[in-house]
Amino acid sequence: MAFVNMKTKEVQAKIVFYGPGRGGKTTNLEYVYSKFRERIKTDMVSIKTHGDRTLFFDFLPFDIGKIMGYDVKIQLYTVPGQVKYNATRKLVLKGVDGMVFVADSQRDKREKNHESLKNLQENLAAYKKSIFKIPLVLQYNKRDLKETPLMPIEMMEKDLNKQLKAPSFPASAITGENVVPTLKKIISLTMASLQNVMK
Amino acid sequence: MGSNYDDNVSYSDFTLGHEELETIEEVLQKDLVDGGVHSVLLIDMAGNIVAKKDNGNCEHDLYSLAALASANFAAVDTMAKIVGENEFSLLFHKGEEESIHFSKVNPEFLLITIFGKEVTLGLLRLKVSEAIEKINSIW
Repeated sequence: MAFVNMKTKEVQAKIVFYGPGRGGKTTNLEYVYSKFRERIKTDMVSIKTHGDRTLFFDFLPFDIGKIMGYDVKIQLYTVPGQVKYNATRKLVLKGVDGMVFVADSQRDKREKNHESLKNLQENLAAYKKSIFKIPLVLQYNKRDLKETPLMPIEMMEKDLNKQLKAPSFPASAITGENVVPTLKKIISLTMASLQNVMK
Repeated sequence: MGSNYDDNVSYSDFTLGHEELETIEEVLQKDLVDGGVHSVLLIDMAGNIVAKKDNGNCEHDLYSLAALASANFAAVDTMAKIVGENEFSLLFHKGEEESIHFSKVNPEFLLITIFGKEVTLGLLRLKVSEAIEKINSIW
């Protein structure tokens, strides 16, 4: 539920990074934060455990300038990936306008990706939203890894994107490869979906 | 993937007109800021800021505050349900200099008030509930 303020001509839209635990959702946001440091006026907020795992969410507000005369503020969130944190994960999805699903390319994470995508579908359905309708981008993360066997992109496409047919990017959040293109894509899809209210 | 949801449900967007916002801001200013509150935010449950007013001396990061406040409220609300309560009626964090009070306006909106020692909690709760009544009469 994006919020459009007609008086201040401001739009606030919420984009959530979803995916299995230790998949690189927080790292995506950290890369964006370091890359656009001069455009982001506030600090990134992270609620995490002592073991550096996301407990509730990370939050990064991001001004992208004017679109159709409106000042657009994109609020980037991550969810905790660990299965046990579903209650808080679901809360973060409230009012979401666009989603990035960060999948882990490591071969032994195949099942985890699947579980997490299914969990996303269920949690969206609880808010009466369809995974097939919400603006969505898939990111196949950790392509930089050399030590562990990775799944071929075609296999991940078949596993996760066969029905969704969402735009997808092979990426490495840690090196920054395709992090910004992922973000640009989801922002443009989200803004396109909001166009009817920004008149 | 199954399709056990209603495919026709599209997500709703919320817009507030110029005049409605002006009226809300006027209520926030007159009822709360003029009454000694440092800063007041009307936010939605997704963490977006709908309206804000302050006394001019506040330099808080309000966008992060709104995101955290909505998450905090949602978490406490879920805790209430777990222990069998419909909701907890008083949500308040007391600090040495600044305190924060949360109040539900309706199922979609929250009023967050930041105030100092010069305003008592009792008076604040009274003013907040008056302001909420006025805001709800606008919708």
